[in-house]
Amino acid sequence: MYPEIFNSNMFTLLAEAEVGKHFYWNIAGFLVHGQVLLVSWLVLVILLLFSIVGTQNKERFPKGIQNFTEYTVDFVTDIARDQLGESFYKEWIPFIGTLFLFIFGSNWAGALIPWKLIKLPEGELAAPTNDINTTAALALLTSFAYFYAGLSKKGLGYFKRYIEPIPLLLPINIIEDFTKPLSLSFRLFGNVLADELTISVLTSLVPLIVPLPIMVLGIFAGSVQALIFSTLAAAYIAEALE
Amino acid sequence: MDSIVSAASVIAAGLSIGLAAIGPGIGQGTAAGQAVEGIARQPEAENKIRGTFLLSLAFMEALTIYGLVVALALLFANPFVNG
Repeated sequence: MYPEIFNSNMFTLLAEAEVGKHFYWNIAGFLVHGQVLLVSWLVLVILLLFSIVGTQNKERFPKGIQNFTEYTVDFVTDIARDQLGESFYKEWIPFIGTLFLFIFGSNWAGALIPWKLIKLPEGELAAPTNDINTTAALALLTSFAYFYAGLSKKGLGYFKRYIEPIPLLLPINIIEDFTKPLSLSFRLFGNVLADELTISVLTSLVPLIVPLPIMVLGIFAGSVQALIFSTLAAAYIAEALE
Repeated sequence: MDSIVSAASVIAAGLSIGLAAIGPGIGQGTAAGQAVEGIARQPEAENKIRGTFLLSLAFMEALTIYGLVVALALLFANPFVNG
């Protein structure tokens, strides 16, 4: 089923990022990538704990963790408001904020936690976003979200935008609906995977000190990619709403 | 595995990332130059310029990343290699 090259260790000798190797679980006849699920559950638990602890014992004048939580909420609110405008942004804060926090948490979990210490029978633990399935799911959710936004605001009149400004552009407008999730998912997947590959190739060449700046760059790129994904999701929703 | 197919895949992988780096490289250079010019003209707007600049850099970088995804697909998940 899988080509021979998946099992060759030509690439894994050079770089330990095991592209194409997965820790398969068989759930009701479906093969799922267990390592992705494990790390994304961890990210979910961290985010849940953070939001529960951050909203306990609320005070009039925030300090400590409550301050940080309010800052986070302000930040994701600003992402939504910048793209969607004052009149629509409120109902989309949960969606945009969840996208941002989940991608941010996944990227940083992959970059900061030393997953190499935990051995799996096959494959390795890493950021959930370096699996194309995760990013494709997030991108498809975005697609559904902007279709829902457009349809709930304008009803069937939403489809009028396919023949605007002239009906000649109908094919291009339809293709756009496919390229949006495609580019969203590839951008995130490629960036996260590229960071991990660069780090592992560099580590195999020079194990000390030299990979550190690239690791810092990877952490930075992870946060920028989370920002970009949520900004673009908000922009697509805004486009469907206007 | 067919050696012609694997040789062609490796060359194509190298070319895909190399060619995909040209355009974004030029674009990022232009954007960086304009950003520096903007900061030199209006140093008080540095923070705003930096934010927009980094965001647009990431967009350009995505184009190279598409090339990288194609290269990775050719190396690790080549559809023309049947095992």
